[in-house]
Amino acid sequence: MAMAPVHIPLFYYLIVSAILFALGTIGVIVRRNAIIMFMCIELMLNAVNLSLVAFSRYLSDIGGQLMVIFVMAVAAAEVAVGLGIIVSIFRNRESINIDTLDVMKG
Amino acid sequence: MLNLTDYLSIAPFLVIALTGAAVLLFDLVFPKNKNLLIGTSLLGIVGAAFLTGRLWFQYAEGFSFTVSGDRFALLFEYVLLIIAGLSVLLSDRYLQLKNINHGEYYALLLFSTSGAMLMASAKELILIFVGLEILSIALYILAGFARTEEKSEEAAIKYLLLGAFSSAFFLYGIALIYGGTGLLTGLHGQPAPTTQLDHIASIVMLHGFNAYVVAGIALLFVGLFFKAAIVPFHVWSPDVYQGAPTCVTAFMSAAVKAAAFAVLIRITETFLQIDPSEFGVTSDVARQLALAHHVITGVLWAFAAITMIVGNVVALWQTDIKRMLAYSSVAHAGYILVGVLASNDQGRSAVLFYALIYAIMNLGAFGIVMLLSDEKQERSRIDDFKGLAYKHPFTAVLMSIFMFSLAGIPPAAGFFAKLYLFSAAVQAGDPGIAVLGLLASVVGVYYYLMVVVKMWMVPEDRDITTLTWSWGSRVAVLICASATLLLFLFASPVISTFSGSDVTVSADDYSAASAAPVEPVAPPKALAVQPHVIGATAIAQR
Repeated sequence: MAMAPVHIPLFYYLIVSAILFALGTIGVIVRRNAIIMFMCIELMLNAVNLSLVAFSRYLSDIGGQLMVIFVMAVAAAEVAVGLGIIVSIFRNRESINIDTLDVMKG
Repeated sequence: MLNLTDYLSIAPFLVIALTGAAVLLFDLVFPKNKNLLIGTSLLGIVGAAFLTGRLWFQYAEGFSFTVSGDRFALLFEYVLLIIAGLSVLLSDRYLQLKNINHGEYYALLLFSTSGAMLMASAKELILIFVGLEILSIALYILAGFARTEEKSEEAAIKYLLLGAFSSAFFLYGIALIYGGTGLLTGLHGQPAPTTQLDHIASIVMLHGFNAYVVAGIALLFVGLFFKAAIVPFHVWSPDVYQGAPTCVTAFMSAAVKAAAFAVLIRITETFLQIDPSEFGVTSDVARQLALAHHVITGVLWAFAAITMIVGNVVALWQTDIKRMLAYSSVAHAGYILVGVLASNDQGRSAVLFYALIYAIMNLGAFGIVMLLSDEKQERSRIDDFKGLAYKHPFTAVLMSIFMFSLAGIPPAAGFFAKLYLFSAAVQAGDPGIAVLGLLASVVGVYYYLMVVVKMWMVPEDRDITTLTWSWGSRVAVLICASATLLLFLFASPVISTFSGSDVTVSADDYSAASAAPVEPVAPPKALAVQPHVIGATAIAQR
């Protein structure tokens, strides 16, 4: 198998992945809408997928791409549960703003 | 190709997962009969315990040595099965009171347990990640199980967002280690990226570290610290513990902690057990390894210290007992981290012993908290315990046992568990953290004994008429209380046996491991644990 795509170095993929991961992290921290926070978490997971695939291609090892499949399955399960919880919260209080969820404090 | 050994190695958690599926099915067919579901769950747990016992005598390591059957894993599986069994018994009456007695509860509990068991026995990072997610996703649902209650919903969404957030960090760590090991080996020949802990250890030992591996390790620790609720990654735990239904809190506090620490130990030891002097490595790599050892130990030391202090001090101000127990569980995570830090046989067996004792006493305490609640109210304020001893002296005695044990005061097993952890730290040449831990637990005595004082010395200010015992919770709480006392009595022979260095696994147990394609550098050493003691408790639980 060919070793690596010559034109785009591995490092570029990793930088993009790191930037996406950072954006996701910042999104979770600054946004207050539960669904958007959730999307940001998905962004983080997919950033990881990007680096896994890049590593996998660069190192000619199929393992990384297999891991991506695992991650996708897990992410899908998480989304199913997460959206369920968010819908149920919306039914109870007509809002999914995280700042209004402050019954408990201390 | 998969063969029998593969299936044998995953048999315990496979059985638990299948039992969960069976419970779902039975719930569909017999929607009214919840006792059937409890029975099925317990049967599955007992079956899994037998299969774990079989693995004990017949070492099996499946799926290309990614699922381990070592005693460390098996003992953690036992602890998790005990937690699951007690939780199933405890929950039933409370679920009825809250009007959330749905069959899915038991199924989710079992799924979650199977994930935790997978975490305890996996030796491969992606497998650990999958176990972590199976554990967590089921728990997100369980935390929000009382879905008409605002508090429960709030707990669920907070747990979900922070849990998924931390999983992403863990995963990024895996990706970087995968790439990092590949780049390390690629420099010297055929790249062999790996996520198997054994292989990572040998690669790191031969080639040292690179930036990817270092960043990967840091991210793995961040993810695990979130799960184990180590300060400063503990912010979710008080809210989630308080908001979730009490039976879920009880399970969560014990099981997640046990599983997270099993993984934490495995990952820490991957990088700490490497002894550079043993191998003919270049001095550059040896220096890197020594530095890594230094840094990891230092970081764990700092986290253990701050966790013990913050957990205990913040718990002093709590007025809600679930919230107080949440901060106390943060503090206990700090104590367990001291054992991880010791990173020797004694430390490992101390962590296991502590996980078992902590699970038992914590489940017992939450079991009593559940009893106080009635149809109208949760009754989880510490003030709700006022004068309990006048009306229900026996219940108050039980609660006092659990509080004494959590505080680490002698007539209960918590004392020896703590003593053993701290003496492991001393033996590892780190008396400072042990002293710090002792001081922190002195602070802890105050808030645990506050509950006891309120029960015995303050007159009641409300009418505590009935406690909602059910047969299940009666059995479970009594088992917890008697185990807490019995393990105190039998702790000293156990501990003296633990300290003896001759207690290791017989050599043939690892014959399978030595056939690994890449020689495992540090096969997880067998735990110096008396099989009959843990086994006896496991049997007593049933």
